[in-house]
Amino acid sequence: MPLALALWYVAGLLVLSVAAIAMRGLPRASAIVYAACGAIAFALLFGAAQRLIAFPDATARLTLPLGLPWIGARFRLDALSCFFLVVINLGAVGACLYAIGYGAHEKEPGRILPFFPAFVAGMNCVVVADDAFTFLVSWEFMSLASWALVLAHHDEAENRRAGFVYIVMASLGATALLLAFGLLAGPSGGYDFATIAATPRPEWLAGLVVVLALVGAGSKAGLAPLHVWLPLAHPAAPSHVSALMSGAMTKVAVYGFIRIVFDLVGPVQLWWSVVMMLLGAGSAVLGVMFAAIERDLKRLLAYSTIENIGVVFTGLGLAMAFKANNIEWAAALAFSAALLHVLNHSLFKSLLFFGAGAVLGATGLRDIEKLGGLIHRMPRSSFAMLGAAMAISALPPLNGFVSEWLLFQAVLVSPALPQWGLKLMTPAVGAALALAAALGAAAFVRMFGIVYLGRPRSPAAIKATETDPWSLAAMFLVLALCLSLGVAPGLVLDAIAPVAHALIGARLPEQSTMAWLTVAPIAEARSSYNGLLVFAFIAISTLTAIEVIHRFGSRAIRRASAWDCGFPNDDPATQYTASSFAQPIRRVFGNIVFSARENVDMPAPGDSRAAHLTVETTDRIWSWIYEPLTGAINRIATSINRLQFLTIRGYLSLVFAALVALLLTVATWR
Amino acid sequence: MGRLAFDLAHLLAGSLVLLSLLMLYQDRMFSLIRIFAFHAIVLSMSVAWQAFTQGAPHLYITAAIALLFKAFIIPVSLHRIVVRLEVHREIEVVGGVGITMLIGIGLIALSLAVMLPATASADPLAREDLAFALSVVLLGLLMMVTRRNAVTQIIGFMSLENGLILAAAGAKGMPLVVEISVAFSVLIAFIVIGVFLFRIRERFDSVDVGVLEFSRGERQ
Repeated sequence: MPLALALWYVAGLLVLSVAAIAMRGLPRASAIVYAACGAIAFALLFGAAQRLIAFPDATARLTLPLGLPWIGARFRLDALSCFFLVVINLGAVGACLYAIGYGAHEKEPGRILPFFPAFVAGMNCVVVADDAFTFLVSWEFMSLASWALVLAHHDEAENRRAGFVYIVMASLGATALLLAFGLLAGPSGGYDFATIAATPRPEWLAGLVVVLALVGAGSKAGLAPLHVWLPLAHPAAPSHVSALMSGAMTKVAVYGFIRIVFDLVGPVQLWWSVVMMLLGAGSAVLGVMFAAIERDLKRLLAYSTIENIGVVFTGLGLAMAFKANNIEWAAALAFSAALLHVLNHSLFKSLLFFGAGAVLGATGLRDIEKLGGLIHRMPRSSFAMLGAAMAISALPPLNGFVSEWLLFQAVLVSPALPQWGLKLMTPAVGAALALAAALGAAAFVRMFGIVYLGRPRSPAAIKATETDPWSLAAMFLVLALCLSLGVAPGLVLDAIAPVAHALIGARLPEQSTMAWLTVAPIAEARSSYNGLLVFAFIAISTLTAIEVIHRFGSRAIRRASAWDCGFPNDDPATQYTASSFAQPIRRVFGNIVFSARENVDMPAPGDSRAAHLTVETTDRIWSWIYEPLTGAINRIATSINRLQFLTIRGYLSLVFAALVALLLTVATWR
Repeated sequence: MGRLAFDLAHLLAGSLVLLSLLMLYQDRMFSLIRIFAFHAIVLSMSVAWQAFTQGAPHLYITAAIALLFKAFIIPVSLHRIVVRLEVHREIEVVGGVGITMLIGIGLIALSLAVMLPATASADPLAREDLAFALSVVLLGLLMMVTRRNAVTQIIGFMSLENGLILAAAGAKGMPLVVEISVAFSVLIAFIVIGVFLFRIRERFDSVDVGVLEFSRGERQ
């Protein structure tokens, strides 16, 4: 796919978003817009994938006479852009297919349809931008379009608050990126990426740029402690948009970070990697702990996104540590693992949000304490959700396992690092990732068990029915991709190799030459994984077990009345609840992470009132960082507010003083 | 010619700065208006001299406009306003003549320090002109800040604008349209401010801007 064609596709998306405004009255508008959007996204996906495989080392550049006069807008398509185009458009194709069915239930499609193609177009533009101006404009376009989508259901106060927090954090991130690019361009103002990459800069300046990029891209990706908007905003949007925000937009942020740190800023320094690994591991653990105790289904998934972004950033940090020490093969391993996890997470997180949307559409509920027993009412979507939960819990033979396994392989080669501090720190970070993976599995066992198993806990859950065929098609398509990436990860690793080669200077060994789809990241003698073998083993042993049980066990089943001590009361409230499942985790980490407090309201003896147990948890990051910050901003704003009530002479004096101060600066500076 | 042109331009621009300083400490209304008229006359002479040396006939129009409006129409109408408002007997509190003058001298030094290095490549005539023009602007602003009476604030504003015309005349190639439109906008500003003065006076029985602050409830 030539770059010009890709830009035409993006232009097509923008035209579609304008057309959606015109079509909003039509009865089939929703299906038409999503189908067209999905078709364009598929064309982009196909083109980018074909280019990544056929011409991995080619870089196409193009300058369009748009934007700033005399400078224009520069675009480029290289291996990294192609890879992220694949990730974004894979998510977009899935979301569009899903939305053809899901969007039909939307009460006010006019609030979503125009912004959805624009959002996709914005994300695509960010990854093909080749100068700071184009990048920032596309980035802001993406942010604003997604903000409009978050506010689609603005009649709920909670969503309005989410939109507000989101736009504040997005502005913070955009400001940080603006400053980062300003520093990168320097006084000469070379804003195109080729000039920026060719300019040498002092170490402290590069460090400052990386910190700013970490704030800018990290806040969009949801890296702790800048994650607070994410669990509010992602659930507030309609489910297919949530899927795209969690699955694709956070990846665009990862792209921005990779582009700045690995491509533009110059040689990697060691301390960056330390910061990255600590932040990444911290985000992973923090995110998954909140996911493990969350009751809102979509917010649970959003917290899990924070965990996965933490995993990706840890991988990138590890790659930086190896690269700073010139151990390129290990850096390529960690980098490829991070990129593979980017792709994998975009797949299974989309699928999970699709499933959550199906549940929301069928029951109108997001609180998992009120769900249950949906496996009987929604058998197909619950099967897809089971697959997604297994994938995100990193169970073989699905795709989540491969990327986490590769990342741990990279952690295991950390003794190759010469610095003792890093040698000691990396295994600790690995342990934190392992903790996150285990807690993630617990969180998704809880999610699946409470939502789909057991008996329904509310009338709405009883009446639930299976979702529409379009949504199911999208879910099974993504599930099939999850499985095939898990079985044949070597193909994707080979496609990622040119990206790693361009940015790191080394690549993983060729995987497609291995027999039977085996993956061996370093050497076959050292470690290898064969997804096909594991899949075959699991499939054969499961089928055998089912066969054996049915042949010898089923006939022995007797139906009789239940033993009363098991279920003396058949009220659904007697079941295990989500809170009780999460209680051990909450107890263990309660005081440190959640500052959880349990209040028991016990009636006095003789009083027949029911006892109450309430649990309060707070996000410490919110109370430690954000509340003082908002307080300080409010105080400053209040004191600045006095400027609104000066006298005429006061204003004149202010202007006069400012003028004199500027002139003095000019006079003394020279 | 070259030497004489430079000296005369220098003399006229310097006199403008001197007159600005005179206005700064003048605390009687009618004398202030007279000095302002004289300020405008010197300005029009300066502009006319620029027109002569630069060989730019359109600058004569600017000079004529300045002479007509600023030296006659505006001072005369200001005089009538002052009489009708009955503020001519007020001896205005300037707030420490000595300090104001010292600040004014500091401002002149500042504008020389800023302008002379900044325009090192320009021709010396324009350089001196720009430095003096900036001083006149700053002194006009200082006058607006230190005065409390609305009429004297208007005079400060008008003298500030004189500084702008001086700068515009010094810069070669400034189109006539710009100068005429500036002149007319100043006239319109003057009319608007005059109307407002009477409205304020009707409402508050004073044109002391301090009174306006009471009405906004900031001072009790």
